Amino acid sequence: MPLSARLYKTEAIVLRQRRLAEADRILTIYTPTLGKIDAKARGVRRTTSRMSGHLQPLTRCMLQLAQGHSMDVVTGCETLESFPALHEDLERLSRAMYAAELIDRFMPERAQSYPTYRLLLDTLRRLAEAESPDMVMRFAEMKLLDQSGFRPELEVCVGCGGQLAAEQNFFAPQSGGAVCRACATDVAGPRMMSLNALKVLRLLQRGSYTEVARLKVTEELAVETERHLRSYIVCVLERDVNAAAFIEKLRREVHRPVVEV
Amino acid sequence: MNETTSATAAPLARLIDEFHRLPGIGPKSAQRLAYYLLRMPPADAQALAAAILEVKERVTLCSICQNVTEVDPCRVCTDERRDRATICVVEEPLDILALERSHSYQGLYHVLHGAISPMDGIGPEDLKMTELLQRLRSDEVREIILATNPNLEGEATAMYLTRLLKPLGVKVTRLARGLPVGGDLEYADDVTLARALEGRQEMQG
Repeated sequence: MPLSARLYKTEAIVLRQRRLAEADRILTIYTPTLGKIDAKARGVRRTTSRMSGHLQPLTRCMLQLAQGHSMDVVTGCETLESFPALHEDLERLSRAMYAAELIDRFMPERAQSYPTYRLLLDTLRRLAEAESPDMVMRFAEMKLLDQSGFRPELEVCVGCGGQLAAEQNFFAPQSGGAVCRACATDVAGPRMMSLNALKVLRLLQRGSYTEVARLKVTEELAVETERHLRSYIVCVLERDVNAAAFIEKLRREVHRPVVEV
Repeated sequence: MNETTSATAAPLARLIDEFHRLPGIGPKSAQRLAYYLLRMPPADAQALAAAILEVKERVTLCSICQNVTEVDPCRVCTDERRDRATICVVEEPLDILALERSHSYQGLYHVLHGAISPMDGIGPEDLKMTELLQRLRSDEVREIILATNPNLEGEATAMYLTRLLKPLGVKVTRLARGLPVGGDLEYADDVTLARALEGRQEMQG
């Protein structure tokens, strides 16, 4: 095989990186045509590295990679979009990290999905601009569930298949969606769900981002929606999303400053 | 753990396993190191073993700056000649060595022992932040220099610390970010170049 046949170019968003040996890193990148792959970047922990700045997590870049034995190696890179607004605000940054972790956990390696790449890119752009980064994340969570085949049932009761009455119902993550009052006793771990939360979840599932962005919700309703979606995601992934704990911590400290010196 | 277990003497296999657990040591390196130790003069091997034990027994964390030390408080914290009004916050003890090598900093240090990395589940509570806040109880400290790494985790840590420290009325500064000495402008990424432009300085003619 000629040397050039081993080289290929791809656009990618860096999801995470971990240290390797003296000065290398292993990057987990998400690409439009190859899905999620791991790639080795050599020497990027030295201050004089020409690549390190282009390969930071949450950067969209154009990469040249060489096929390796166990892992492909980055041989060149250039930043396409660095989302500076994300890096200036801890609230936005923490949500962007959460988004990257979510994609990393949901997508198996080398499972190609252009819509999910597009969703990640749109989410990072929206997080950089939106007034409420939380609604951006709820929309991204719901769409990701759709795209990965875990769309929760919100139209009819997952127990009896009947229409949900316009009243307080239940949400049962392990059964895959909304449950009516009558069926709530038959399913595992039902959570009370207000009518408004059901409406918001339905809009997130059916609506476009423009419609969702116009939505004004009370803090209480936002928290309820977040909890339902989170419980469902934890159920699908069979584990917690690490970055969620940090977002929770930031939120608690805004309400109650930690410092008492 | 390693493929030679059945063909290797049990104590040797155990040593190979122990080496394999160290960072950056793969199965082959572990074997090489173990066989090298096997052929070493007994006195050298004893010295190595003693050094490992001594490190574990005698080296602790300084109760003030959290740096690794054999005397508590450490030599930097007790040095009368150092400026006690500034604290430079770093991620790892090795970062202190790098800063000391520059001979440009005379203040005190504080080691966080890591950086916030939400995706890996490392939050502020896993770092030595409470210890830093306690040091601000005295009025001596006037400036905190955030010297965490200029990467995603380091930036997140710096932003989080700023939120904690600002309300206390102490001056919080961040190490400048820009072009490295010996670097090439054409290879610089957008963020670095933007920061370098922001931080440009007038030439002294």
